[in-house]
Amino acid sequence: MHPVLTLVIQRLALGLLLLLAASVLIFVGTEILPGDVAQAVLGQGATEQALANMRAQMGLDQPAYIRYFQWLAGAIQGDFGVALSNRQDIASSISRRLGNTLFLASVAAAISVPLAIFLGLLAVRYRDRWPDKLISGITLTSISLPEFLLGYIMMYIFAVQLGWFPSVSNINAGMSFGQKLNAVALPALVLTLVVLAHMMRMTRAAILNVMQSAYIETAELKGLRRLTIIARHAMPNSIAPIVNVVMINLAYLVVGVVVIEVVFVYPGMGQYLVDHVSKRDVPVVQACGLIFASVYIGLNLVADIVSILSNPRLRHPK
Amino acid sequence: MKGIPLSALLGMTITALFFLAAIFAPLIAPYGMSQTIGDVWEPASDAHWLGTDNLGRDLLTRMIYGGRTTIFVASAATLLSFTLGAVLGFTAAVYGGWVDQGMSRLNDLVMSIPTLIFALVVLSVMPVTLPILILVMGLLDSTRVYRLSRAVAVDINVMDFVEAARLRGEGQRWVIFREILPNALSPLVAELGLRFIFAILFISTLSFLGLGVQPPMADWGGIVKENREGIVYGIPAALYPAVAIVTLSISVNLVADWALNRTTSLKGGRGG
Amino acid sequence: MADSDTLLEIRNLRIEATVYAPGEKPKNALIVDDVSLSLERGKVMGLIGESGAGKSTIGLAALAYGRGGIRLTGGEIRLNGREIRTAGPGTLRSLRGREVTYVAQSAAAAFNPSKRIMQQVIEATLHHNLCSQSEAEARAVELFRTLSLPDPETFGKRYPHQVSGGQLQRAMTAMALCPHPDLVIFDEPTTALDVTTQIDVLGAIKAAIHETGVAALYITHDLAVVAQVSDEIMVLRHGKMVEHGTVQQIIEAPREDYTRALISVRAIEHEEKKPTAEPLLRADNVTARYGAMAVDVLSNVSVDLFAGQTLALVGESGSGKSTMARVITGLLPPRGGDITFEGKPLPPALKNRSREELRQVQMIYQMADVAMNPRQTVQTIIGRPLEFYFNLRGRKRNERIQELLDAIELGKGFADRYPAELSGGQKQRVCIARALAANPKVIICDEVTSALDPLVADGILKLLLDLQKREGVAYLFITHDIATVRAIADSIAVMYQGRVQRYGTKSEVLSPPFDAYTELLLSSVPEMKLGWLEQVLATRRMESAGN
Repeated sequence: MHPVLTLVIQRLALGLLLLLAASVLIFVGTEILPGDVAQAVLGQGATEQALANMRAQMGLDQPAYIRYFQWLAGAIQGDFGVALSNRQDIASSISRRLGNTLFLASVAAAISVPLAIFLGLLAVRYRDRWPDKLISGITLTSISLPEFLLGYIMMYIFAVQLGWFPSVSNINAGMSFGQKLNAVALPALVLTLVVLAHMMRMTRAAILNVMQSAYIETAELKGLRRLTIIARHAMPNSIAPIVNVVMINLAYLVVGVVVIEVVFVYPGMGQYLVDHVSKRDVPVVQACGLIFASVYIGLNLVADIVSILSNPRLRHPK
Repeated sequence: MKGIPLSALLGMTITALFFLAAIFAPLIAPYGMSQTIGDVWEPASDAHWLGTDNLGRDLLTRMIYGGRTTIFVASAATLLSFTLGAVLGFTAAVYGGWVDQGMSRLNDLVMSIPTLIFALVVLSVMPVTLPILILVMGLLDSTRVYRLSRAVAVDINVMDFVEAARLRGEGQRWVIFREILPNALSPLVAELGLRFIFAILFISTLSFLGLGVQPPMADWGGIVKENREGIVYGIPAALYPAVAIVTLSISVNLVADWALNRTTSLKGGRGG
Repeated sequence: MADSDTLLEIRNLRIEATVYAPGEKPKNALIVDDVSLSLERGKVMGLIGESGAGKSTIGLAALAYGRGGIRLTGGEIRLNGREIRTAGPGTLRSLRGREVTYVAQSAAAAFNPSKRIMQQVIEATLHHNLCSQSEAEARAVELFRTLSLPDPETFGKRYPHQVSGGQLQRAMTAMALCPHPDLVIFDEPTTALDVTTQIDVLGAIKAAIHETGVAALYITHDLAVVAQVSDEIMVLRHGKMVEHGTVQQIIEAPREDYTRALISVRAIEHEEKKPTAEPLLRADNVTARYGAMAVDVLSNVSVDLFAGQTLALVGESGSGKSTMARVITGLLPPRGGDITFEGKPLPPALKNRSREELRQVQMIYQMADVAMNPRQTVQTIIGRPLEFYFNLRGRKRNERIQELLDAIELGKGFADRYPAELSGGQKQRVCIARALAANPKVIICDEVTSALDPLVADGILKLLLDLQKREGVAYLFITHDIATVRAIADSIAVMYQGRVQRYGTKSEVLSPPFDAYTELLLSSVPEMKLGWLEQVLATRRMESAGN
């Protein structure tokens, strides 16, 4: 077998193992910590009888490892059980909201990824001149702000003062694609700003790193044009670092979504998760936690695999 | 300490001012923390420089007390994450072998789940009190500090001067405290700044989501939550914390940047 | 005007750079000051000097290129009769890669890792539309053959990481020669190579220059190397010209003191001491490997070091000579064999050795930069062994520190400095003082002069010999440089692939008859005389034909 294939398979297996371990961690986090789940759900005033009933209903009378495997087996088949707070099926609630969240995240990614790479290249091209400094200044500021505040500032400017977009992003199945886009415009803009700074900074660093290699100087001393050098010599070696940057930031974006959904009252996974954390609805929290963690781990895995695939030393062994 | 650049000095001064305001909040604040003194969302005036909040409390007072809570929680969490992360990271680097492997793989696992998600999962079953918040934030963030301090210490540990100390027969204590630590200090101090900013943002986010500092205590994230309804009516009360957070984090960043630059310059070649 | 045969004419060249010193405002530094040279078509000029002489900068100036923050601020650079220093980017692009090409010191870094060698070799030729792709490829194959690369037909299909360092250096030469340039700049093309590889690459470069009739600027710090390939030599120091002349004049009748010093480097008189009855330190049948590696890095190594003498371990990269230092110091416990000190076996692992055993064997490293804690002053660095081994404190300690500083010829005022405030030679002296502070009987010197400029290295070697005479300390001297061995050793062990190939007193080891490897190693060391390269290569060809 080609050594690269072996490496990729190894990496995939490792990712799967990590996911499994993460699921244990999430389960342990909600089950074995000193807080009593039943107590947490019913509050301090609950009677002993009510607590006992609750524990039986949640299967808390069984040992933890059995409950873990039941939970995991269900999760793999797409069955997360029912929510404690409203007795609704978690999987069907999630599927609707997951679609909304992915829509919002994709819109944000579709704007931010090309923009970040473009601005990153711009910063490299004009290194240490005013465009580079302006870009670093803006990034420093936006890194210093929590996502939700950036959200309210944008809302204040664009929805309240200028009235360009709605301040609450309601979305439903009956809306046309255009209407949906209009609804998510503001949260997508905020998310873009949130990841743009990081992504641009990291792209800039990744490309600068490649541009400082000796082989770029070799190309320059062959009389090649700057653009030819970037396209022919810098790009093939920048793919892995840039994909890495993009994946890390997409993973970051997935987390940013949680907060932004709350700000714009957007009916997605984040809103759902935060609501049920307050309600102490453990099965929902576990389900959402697992899904967010898988997306996060998955994106990081893609980054790793791309960097394996694009490494000439691995693709063409001695 | 000669030749501190202006930007770092400015950063230090502003950071110090924030900390002083936090410590002496009861002396500086014009009103009591939960004292209702006026109408809901009054505009700025001579009596209330920032106006009043959603319950008619003085917003400047809330901001000062809020800063006190936020800075206190963030500092405590950073202190915890730093002590834990740095000690474990150094131990892993110096001992190596299975100690390092075990701790590093566990660290990778915790880092494989996004911090906010992990915090939400844990806070869904834990009572939300200040000590619990500090503990959760500190523990989760210590993974980042662990990774950095281990990496820094591993780099230094393989340098010839550390080997020279080992060949002399120096003990583990001398190697860690006299050879490695002085050289790791600058990047760690810079990281301390970044972790502190992250902690400020993190506690604010949790409070905003209603899972951090609980009312009637004031904190910057909570102020946003309490006054968010006002935004739609064009009342900027919820945006003041943004100014405070940005100012504080940029100031800390300036100091951290300077600390980091000092590291690189010391490694540099011959100076005179 | 220069006559029509003049290819490159540099007049009163002035090059400046912005220096970012730590903790200070950026300032301007003069890198090259008022240098003039003229090179005829088909001639090779050697530029020689120590680090900071500005030789590479001048080489790149022939391409009107300044690396990093370097600016060509004054004078004229005329190539093929036209001024290029002030030429626009379009003109520069049309001449770079066509009229002038460049061979870098590290071909491994200068090749793009994700492109095949052939693509990169013919890139400039195609870019300047000099010929068709198939013609360019044919020319490249022909050059691969001239440069004695293996399988010239298919060599170009490989990726840079798939060939050896010496081969890549030759491929870079092919890349430079492919577009039929008028001038090639060779920037230390063999410096990073082992000595036995260097001679092959040097021979290949010389043959290629001869065959294509190209002119060249050959930049190096090694006078013996440059004497083999050049027609004339220019000696540079601190950005200024010291001396310029034909090769013969420079090496046989140098006019300037500095040139004379460069030529007489390593010509240290040292009388060989004979082995005494009992060795001080003995390695007996030592075998070692790293971690889970499948092969031994050292196999059955036995050597003796006698009190007050110097044993040189000499070999190329991968010979295991530095591993030997790790075994002796206890950093790498051997898989088999013993190390004995004064007749008693030393515990194999560092942690089992007593403080007294550790004190007796001290070590000096190649890179003095990283061998000292940058956060400690010279006082602390030298003072710590005094505290640690002898419990010296306060005034007594400070007096001893001053004694040691005097012994390494640094004098007063150095105790409070940090390593970053010392020059390369001074740093290495402080490391020597730290080793001496322990009053050891053995000092292991691991390539202690390799990172230093020749004249500075000479100073360090003289100091070490002087200290040996006064203190009676024995050196285990690890090096790849035969000239250094000649200068300092009493006995020699030639190492190759983890084994001792040849071992004995200096006069025994360096006198014939030789074994094949020692012969190869010794004959590969460039000698400062005309025609040496041809002579050696001719002998080798005859020998291989005879076999």
